[in-house]
Amino acid sequence: MQIIKDRAIVEDDWHHVENGEALPDGKIIVTLDRWREERDALIGRKNSGLGIQLSSDQEAKDIADDLEHFEVVSLHFPVFRDGRPFTTARLLRERHGFAGELRAVGDVLRDQIFYMHRCGFNSFVVREDRSVEDALKAFDDFTITYQSAADEELPLWRRRG
Amino acid sequence: MYQYDKFDHQLLTERNRQLRDQVERRLRGEISETEFRPLRLMNGLYLQLHAYMLRVAIPYGMLSSAQMRQLAYIARRYDRDYAHFTTRQNIQYNWPKLEELPDLLDDLAKVEMHAIQTSGNCIRNISTDQFAGVAGDEIEDPRPYAEIMRQWSTFHPEFSYLPRKFKIAFTGATEDRAAVAFHDLGFKLVKNDAGEIGFQVLAGGGMGRTPMVAKVVREWIPKKHLLSYAESIMRIYNAYGRRDNMYKARIKILVHELGIEEFRREVDEDFENTLSQSLTLDDAEIARMQAYFTAPDYEDLPATDDSVDMLLESNKRFRQWYERNVTPHKVPGYSIVTISLKVAGVAPGDTTADQMDAIADLADEYSFGELRTTHKQNLVLSDVPLAKLPELWNKLKALSLGAANVEALTDIICCPGLDYCQLANARSIPISQQISDKFDDLDYVHDLGDLRLNISGCINACGHHHAGHIGILGVDKKGEEFYQITLGGSPGNDASIGKIMGRAFSGDDIVPAIEKVIDVYLENRQPEEPFLACYRRIGMDPFKERVYADH
Ligand code: SF4
Repeated sequence: MQIIKDRAIVEDDWHHVENGEALPDGKIIVTLDRWREERDALIGRKNSGLGIQLSSDQEAKDIADDLEHFEVVSLHFPVFRDGRPFTTARLLRERHGFAGELRAVGDVLRDQIFYMHRCGFNSFVVREDRSVEDALKAFDDFTITYQSAADEELPLWRRRG
Repeated sequence: MYQYDKFDHQLLTERNRQLRDQVERRLRGEISETEFRPLRLMNGLYLQLHAYMLRVAIPYGMLSSAQMRQLAYIARRYDRDYAHFTTRQNIQYNWPKLEELPDLLDDLAKVEMHAIQTSGNCIRNISTDQFAGVAGDEIEDPRPYAEIMRQWSTFHPEFSYLPRKFKIAFTGATEDRAAVAFHDLGFKLVKNDAGEIGFQVLAGGGMGRTPMVAKVVREWIPKKHLLSYAESIMRIYNAYGRRDNMYKARIKILVHELGIEEFRREVDEDFENTLSQSLTLDDAEIARMQAYFTAPDYEDLPATDDSVDMLLESNKRFRQWYERNVTPHKVPGYSIVTISLKVAGVAPGDTTADQMDAIADLADEYSFGELRTTHKQNLVLSDVPLAKLPELWNKLKALSLGAANVEALTDIICCPGLDYCQLANARSIPISQQISDKFDDLDYVHDLGDLRLNISGCINACGHHHAGHIGILGVDKKGEEFYQITLGGSPGNDASIGKIMGRAFSGDDIVPAIEKVIDVYLENRQPEEPFLACYRRIGMDPFKERVYADH
């Protein structure tokens, strides 16, 4: 499957593991429940990447102390109107210093991607029925932003010069 | 007034390009109405009963005469020669076509205006005291802070998909004319014990089906923390505001369910770990914004004027207009004039394109080319030389804008109601017109003094009925339009929510019931006692007894 990562279209090599599913080899993303239940087993896996996925009602602080274990944190948008993952993303990046891949999954649409990017998301699993190429255009929607956020340390008034 | 620089212009250009693309994708059928809806709503475009309605932002109610003329041009070019001023200090067009929306927005951008965030679950247009900068009771002009907040909240990446809409108000005066306590978030400029000016922060006020008066989150924060503290409040709301039920999604419900102490604790915890120190305002930025809102070149004028005094003596109509529509100015020899848009036979807030052009001319001639809109759907000329008042009054009368009823019974706040709004239970504009017709005796209305009558067509309370001394609420009774009366609401320093009097009235009975309410007031009032004070003294019962006597 093709996704957007760091503003380019790439083939996704991560596997989202369902809750009942046996743990496969390779790069996997598990739910918070699975992480809590099988923490040691997951840390013990050798030569394979680990990521975690939060639903929109789970919070940055739920994983803040464990971030060192994750290459990917994936935040799920059940509907694009659910704005909680925007907050979770900023907190992970700006408060908890997460530097790995922050991915948006679920109802991920072109018209929200610019904001997602500003909040610290750097990879996007665009909704299946939508064009990934089209979504890529979202990054160019604006060149001017008033606020500081994960992508920009200073608010515009400190940059006006 | 604030002036756009190259960054603001660039952003607006990019926004209009983005929206043009979204509209074209919608017209080509590439995106569904379900997906287009939040996009158009983020840009003030509603689908109403008959057509689209576009709400244009007037940031904190400030307009230049050039902007007013452009709004008139747009009314002619894209609408039916009129527009409607709203209770959020904004302006609405009722008949724009989707195909023409991108061009309309480009025309607005020419005068530094837009429709950004005038709807949708985001931070809406910020409102303030309509007398900011000219009122005698002001601690500090709130407009520079409102502009700082406007920029910070525009396309905020984290707070554009909130649980529900979010309204912010500022005041810098001791008398709250901005209904701050009925906003999701309110900032009052106040002094602390050391005499330093900062903000009192209130949250969780609102109207709608669960009206609440806002609670104080912080008695005082330094001005420099305006944005960082606001950001923490927004973050707690975004994270924990209810998303399961749209009627419980406003911040007032979160504050209510958590309790103000717990809400404050959450906010303060986030604030202590603020994400970016760069949000802390510095003196240079505050001074830069203040420089946009400096006083105009006032002349040294005498504090009184003989010709005005003579006319006040000799002409009762002028005197009534002066007492109702003219407010003292902080600079001697100047006055603040409110132009009432509550004209008999016209929907509250409606203005024709010709009137708008004429008002722009009056602003140029008498008030340094600036205008303000008010949450009571009127307009303000904020800097009129005292000696010019008779001349201005005559010109306003010639434009049918001489109504002497500001803050009086016929200065009605009224939502669009069933004539325009899909959600309505009942018509509201015709009721307001019946009341204006019924109480057409100027002397009688003048004698009643300050009396707020507000009408909403349904429980969403866009007509602020909860905050009316007398409120009228449209309800549906077995498919028929009925009206409930509330008494005792107030939006000001003594903010309170009106109480329901009892059974609702039919469309035929509502105006007679209002008459009875007023009779009870007239019979019971003490000398100089306004309606609200009288109601608070004598309570609901005398009103109830009279109004329901023959039922
Ligand atoms: S109060 Fe109700 S009827 Fe009136 S404008 Fe609001 S939603 Fe429509």
